[in-house]
Amino acid sequence: MRAPLLSVEAVTRDFDVSRPWLERVLEGEGRRLLRAVDGVTLEVRHGETLALVGESGCGKSTIARLMVGLDAPSDGRIEFHGQRRQMIFQSPYASLNPRWRVRDIVAEPIRVLRLARKAEVGARVARLLAQVGLAAEDGEKYPHEFSGGQRQRISIARALSGEPDLLICDEPTSALDVSVQAQILNLMADLQSRLSLTYVFISHNLAVVSQIADRVGVMYLGRLVELAPAGELFSHPRHPYTRMLLEAVPRIERTGEPRTPVAGEVPNPLAPPPGCSFHPRCPHADERCRRERPEFVDAVACHGVQEGRISFAR
Amino acid sequence: MILQAKELRVEFRTRRGTLVAVDGVSFCVARGEVLGVVGESGAGKSLTGLAVMGLLEPPGRIAAGEVWLEGRRIDALPHAALRALRGRRIGVVFQDPLGSLNPLYTIGAQLEETIRTHLGLAGKELRGRALALLAEVGIPAPQARFQHYPHQFSGGMRQRVVIALALAAEPILLIADEPTTALDVSMQAQIIVLIKRVARERGTAVMLITHDMGVIAETADRVAVMYAGRIVEIGAVRDVLHAPQHPYTAGLMASIPRIAAGAGRSRLAQIEGAMPRLSEIPRGCPFHPRCPKRFERCLGSRPELMPVGASQAACWLHASAIAQR
Repeated sequence: MRAPLLSVEAVTRDFDVSRPWLERVLEGEGRRLLRAVDGVTLEVRHGETLALVGESGCGKSTIARLMVGLDAPSDGRIEFHGQRRQMIFQSPYASLNPRWRVRDIVAEPIRVLRLARKAEVGARVARLLAQVGLAAEDGEKYPHEFSGGQRQRISIARALSGEPDLLICDEPTSALDVSVQAQILNLMADLQSRLSLTYVFISHNLAVVSQIADRVGVMYLGRLVELAPAGELFSHPRHPYTRMLLEAVPRIERTGEPRTPVAGEVPNPLAPPPGCSFHPRCPHADERCRRERPEFVDAVACHGVQEGRISFAR
Repeated sequence: MILQAKELRVEFRTRRGTLVAVDGVSFCVARGEVLGVVGESGAGKSLTGLAVMGLLEPPGRIAAGEVWLEGRRIDALPHAALRALRGRRIGVVFQDPLGSLNPLYTIGAQLEETIRTHLGLAGKELRGRALALLAEVGIPAPQARFQHYPHQFSGGMRQRVVIALALAAEPILLIADEPTTALDVSMQAQIIVLIKRVARERGTAVMLITHDMGVIAETADRVAVMYAGRIVEIGAVRDVLHAPQHPYTAGLMASIPRIAAGAGRSRLAQIEGAMPRLSEIPRGCPFHPRCPKRFERCLGSRPELMPVGASQAACWLHASAIAQR
């Protein structure tokens, strides 16, 4: 097995969402903590695409920020064994400075990290733009002259200019139209094989993930509930939440078929349920699930699976 | 037929000239039918919805065409008449439920106000009606939720409240513009089921505007695919999605990632380029610069919708097929 490029060990991240100090004192309230990531352990292997999926509030974006080092864990450890990490953000509008020319945007990491001599920067930027399917002349333009998809190409060029081994991509195609999304996903796959990149791909879209991921981690209310090779996860989901999520995705193949509606929704992360946080929505929950938090054993955190109560027959 | 749009044309007059955002769009929606309107950003799908409702904001305006609701022409109605009609006969659901709810009133008060205004109920009858609506859209414990404010609801529950409001006046037409886009998949699935049920059980005609083909596949009976302000293909969902006739529809369908169990990583088919800006819509077929099947005729003249099998597509490929026959 390949050595991990990044390891995440029992990482927890709390956010203080208390009301202002004076109000707390006057009303005798305590501090309120939101546990966005709760004891997650996983590793990212060289050259793979690890996807993290889940619904809003599951902690996937927080863990992305922790992995890239934009934020520090409250507890646990993150170890990076490579040279450099870069990030691609969801919004190609908010993540590019509108006052900078594209060539300066793409050149910034090269300059800051001193990756090339001054005279070479221009040529390197042109090469990067070509790599993501833009023309060298596009470097002279400003971000507003580009469509959403082209802007995401600029974001990718900027991330690549820092010569990263690890790229953390937080919903990189969610703001794009499907035909453009396909272009960007294909581009990312090409770049990965050409530059032997490692991706962490954060997404809420299971179909996109099934297209690009080698391994998939499913998160629910801050916890990792299942981690499996993509093929296995999509053909034999084990955790009841993974199954529910797969069931909920609208499918083109299912035109006109009646569907069993998915019940319930994600609880408030400020007051997560005790025991297994999925138990209020789980058809297999029993007394133990309501009381005891399941350990993450054998790549799944579920009492039912561990006790052999949930069968995998399809 | 509940709703009919005929040769609808929406223009924006700007300093740099007139932009045509919706161009010659015709469709109809029958009782109890869900018509999906699908397209990428800039295709004109939302503007088509706004034009039908008479909610276009200047400088946008309906420059040509007609909108008919229950056999009555409504696009030329005076403002006040249209407003009354809209509240009573057309229910509207937008993408962002918070934008459709007043944060300062309980949802019960908002629902009761709407019902009182349009149906003239009062007292016990009014309350009963409001509670029944909340129950119908799947709000658990409606009695308890009645006194809650919008911020006390989750995104999915808010969207249900908005749907309840839209249905309060018992409209015959429901226009839903990206109703599931802001929601998580599990909530999205529930809203899809709800919209379908409204069409089936109430007989409401539904115009469902979305960019998501999966939502269309599961919700709509017929679908209109829009590109650069025009309908390029329209027909039964089964036909259009599974045997697309227009190269754009075919490309769009092929570029959608699908969950294929065990298939592993694969390359998606992609349509090169991007949708043209309104100021740069090419001559001839607007899709021709991106079309893998274009030929000479596509560059010079614009194809109208023509029958292909059970559906209609605006593509010259099919004209030659018809002529040869």
